[in-house]
Formats: sequence, structure tokens, C-alpha cells
Amino acid sequence: MSGSDPAILLEGVAKRYANGTLAVSGVDLAIGQGDFVALLGPSGCGKSTLLRIIAGLIPASSGKVTVSGGAGPEALGFVFQEPTLMPWASALKNVRLPLDLLGVARSEADARAAEALASVGLAGFETAYPRALSGGMKMRVSIARGLVTRPRLLLMDEPFAALDEITRQRLNDDLLALWQARTFTVVFVTHSVFESVYLSRRIIVMAPRPGRVAADRAVDAAYPRGEVFRTSVEYAGHARNISAALHAAMAA
Amino acid sequence: MIGPGFLGLTRDGWLRLLAPVVIGFLALAAWEIAVRVQEVPTYILPGPILIAQTLVEDWSSLAVSLGITLQITFAALVAAAVLGLLIAILFAQSRIIEASLFPYAVILQVTPIIAIAPLIIIWVDDVRLVLLICAWIVAFFPILSNTTLGLNSADHNLLDLFRLYRANRWQVLWRLRLPSAMPYFLAGVRIAGGLSLIGAIVAEFVAGTGGRASGLAYRILEAGYQLKIPRMFAALVLVSLTGIAIFLVLSLISHLLLRSWHESAVKRDRP
Repeated sequence: MSGSDPAILLEGVAKRYANGTLAVSGVDLAIGQGDFVALLGPSGCGKSTLLRIIAGLIPASSGKVTVSGGAGPEALGFVFQEPTLMPWASALKNVRLPLDLLGVARSEADARAAEALASVGLAGFETAYPRALSGGMKMRVSIARGLVTRPRLLLMDEPFAALDEITRQRLNDDLLALWQARTFTVVFVTHSVFESVYLSRRIIVMAPRPGRVAADRAVDAAYPRGEVFRTSVEYAGHARNISAALHAAMAA
Repeated sequence: MIGPGFLGLTRDGWLRLLAPVVIGFLALAAWEIAVRVQEVPTYILPGPILIAQTLVEDWSSLAVSLGITLQITFAALVAAAVLGLLIAILFAQSRIIEASLFPYAVILQVTPIIAIAPLIIIWVDDVRLVLLICAWIVAFFPILSNTTLGLNSADHNLLDLFRLYRANRWQVLWRLRLPSAMPYFLAGVRIAGGLSLIGAIVAEFVAGTGGRASGLAYRILEAGYQLKIPRMFAALVLVSLTGIAIFLVLSLISHLLLRSWHESAVKRDRP
């Protein structure tokens, strides 16, 4: 962890939906500036709800949410499980959308969007429409859109869950490279033990009904992580450890 | 493998084009033969050749009527598209407005135009305007209901994304809801095209415009009274051709507007 103030501070956060379901209960969590944190848990453990509360998309029913430096909308990026692109707009226009909505001048927005596309390896695909892109490429466009405002916080909601294993590994590596090259905090929701271990520096294991924090583990392996790490004894040890924590959380 | 075949049409394309043409030609030939063999009087059923001759001979008067029917149909379609879109946008602004007004749009739609037309004739003096209003009533509902559905079916995650970047109502409408509604709106316009022609014809049957400013419907009535059955068929052929032309033109416009992105307009190889 670096920096004095945490990037995100959750104190006693709970969420009860209108239908009475208690999605999240009693979550206390501090996430450090520049950290890469995975929210890991089975479906229905409230991890997506928690992410949306952090984003300000839904209000918490009780408790306090503090996002430091999150005053302006440009400080936040959000990547959904689906690419969530506008099918009628080219890749460049999709990436440019946040800048357009924030009122950035067209020429500057175009340049920054092109740069963001290039940063996810899609230089030359500016004019391509989403339907012409593969699942992995669409997700890259989605990530570029999340990063185009140079946010301090990137929230990702199971972004690679629908992708095949090879594409997913490549995107994992590229995401880590982007994260290392810049300084932003990532909160990454996933239900994959292996993905969480490979990507993050800290894993919050969540338990269902109601959603709550069950375990908080560090993954102290050095970056950059690559093929060597993915096949190492150290990686397997972390995965076993996290997997045990997840099973304990689900049994509790 | 399907490549660009003869004259730019694929084998499937030729099949789709030629099969109905062949069937139509065979049916016309059978009709002509049956009429000649059975010696059916022309005031009961004229053969297709006689109908074609009448169409050519009476073209000058029929063309004027066709022009008038086309004007009314086109004006009603444009009015239906513009007002249908605007009212749908109004509905999308507030659930309360939609809930309060939508039932009345439905009532207007389900009440047969032929029953409302006499009232409109009483209230409105200008016959052309009567026809226009009737055609508009018939045509506007599919545009309104389709566009309302389209405006409400914008991707929820994209709506969240717009909210995240604090987009205002106008930005959400212009950048998200309207493009999402576009395929629905165009499908509505395609239906409305045919309906506005039906509305224009039906209204004219009821209103019974006479004189020079009459459309194709009046020509059909008139020919019926005078037992000029071949002329009646000729006018009918023009009505059908107009309907087909409207459908084709609107389909083409829809295809051109959506081809770059919408699934409905995307070419795929069939297995």
C-alpha cells in the first residue's frame, strides 16, 4: 500500500434491495491508493453490488462510503461484465464517449481516445464497429473507454468471465501492464480463484447471504507476473490457500 | 460457398427474385386462359391483358388520381413519422405522461377508421385534409408504439455508464436512447407506410370525393358504378403497385441506415 488516505473506505456498509433481500451487510474495508484488489466470491455474495455502491451507481442502505479523489466523474472508470459498447458507434467513438459526456473538446477527445485504443493494442481499429470485433477486442475497447479519462480508480465487474481461457490470460497480462505503467487503483470482481491470485496484490473473499467479507489475504508475489508465475509452486500455494478460504466462507 | 454471382446477385438472391415472378406469370397466364375458355364476360372478370390495355388507355386520368393518392399517403406517413417520434420522446421523458396518454393512443388505433371517418368529414371541411387525418390516424400508432419500446430498451449498463459520467437528460436521449430506438422506429415506419396507403384509400371510400381532385379509391368506386370492371382492376393494380413500391423504398432506407451496425442488416453466410 502507498499513500496516506485509502482510495476507498467502506464503514459498516449494508445494502437491502426494495424486495427485502439483504445483498451486503456490515462491510468494513479500506483499499489503498494504487492497490490491485480482487473481490472474490460465489454468485450472490454481493460483490457486484459492493462495486456498484463504490461507483455510486446505487446508494448504500446504511454505512459510509468514502472514495478519495472521487469528486469528479473523470476520476472513476467502470468496466462491465459485457463489453457494453454502443453498436452504432465506431471503436473510437465508443472510447471517446466519457470525454464527450464530460465536455472535452472534439480534437483533444479524438487524440486521447486514439491513444487509449493504442494502449490496449487496438491501434488501427478506430473506425471498426463493435460487431466486426472479436469478444476479446470488444473487451479491450471497453477497458480503453474505462481508462480514457485517466481515472484514479478502475472498477471491473467480472470483465473477462465470458472470454475463452487464452484470450483471458492475454487480457490479464495486458491489464497488469497497464496498471504497472500508470498509477491507478483497481477493484476487480471475479469468481475465479486463479484469476484473482494471478492479478491481485490483495484478495477479499466474500461470503453469501448476506454478502460480507469472509477473509482478507495478501498475494505478496512480485510484479511483473507472467507465465513463470502462473506455473510456479508459489502460485499454486496461493491458489490452494485462497480456495480453502473460499470454501470456508461458503460453508460458514 | 456463396460468392457474388451473376449480375451481383447470389444464387439465393436469384431464387428469391425469380420464384415469385415465375409463379405470378403462371397465375396470370392461367387467369387469361380461364377467362377466354370459359368466355367470362368482362363486367364479371376481365383478363389480365384487357386490364393492362385499360391501364394504358386510361393512364392520363388514372395517373392524376395516383398522384393525389400518393400525395396524401406520403403526407400522412411523414406526419405519422414526425409526430409518432415526438410523442414517443415525450413518453420517454416521464412514466406519468406515458401512462396517462398511451391508452388514448391505443383507443385511437383500435377504433376502426371507417367508423371515425364520417365524424371527421362532419368536422373538417377540406376533403383532402379529411383523407390526410384518417391516413395519419391509421399510420401513426405503429411508429409511436415501436419508438416508445425502442427508447425504453436502451442497454441498462450503458445507461449506468452515462449516469457515471453525469450525462444530462439531453445527452442520454440524443446519444443513447434515440440510436437505440432507431431500428424500432424504422420498423414502425415500414409498417406505417402500408397503413397510410390503406388509410388514404379507406377514407376516400367513405368521404367519396368527386370531381378532378379524386384519388384512386374514387376511381375504383366510380368504375364500379359504371360497370367498367377492367378500369376498376386497373386502378386496383395501381394501388397494389403503390403499396409494394412504398414497402420496397422504406425497406431500402431502413437497410441503408442500419447496415453499418444493426444485426438485422448484417450479411451472414448461411450454413
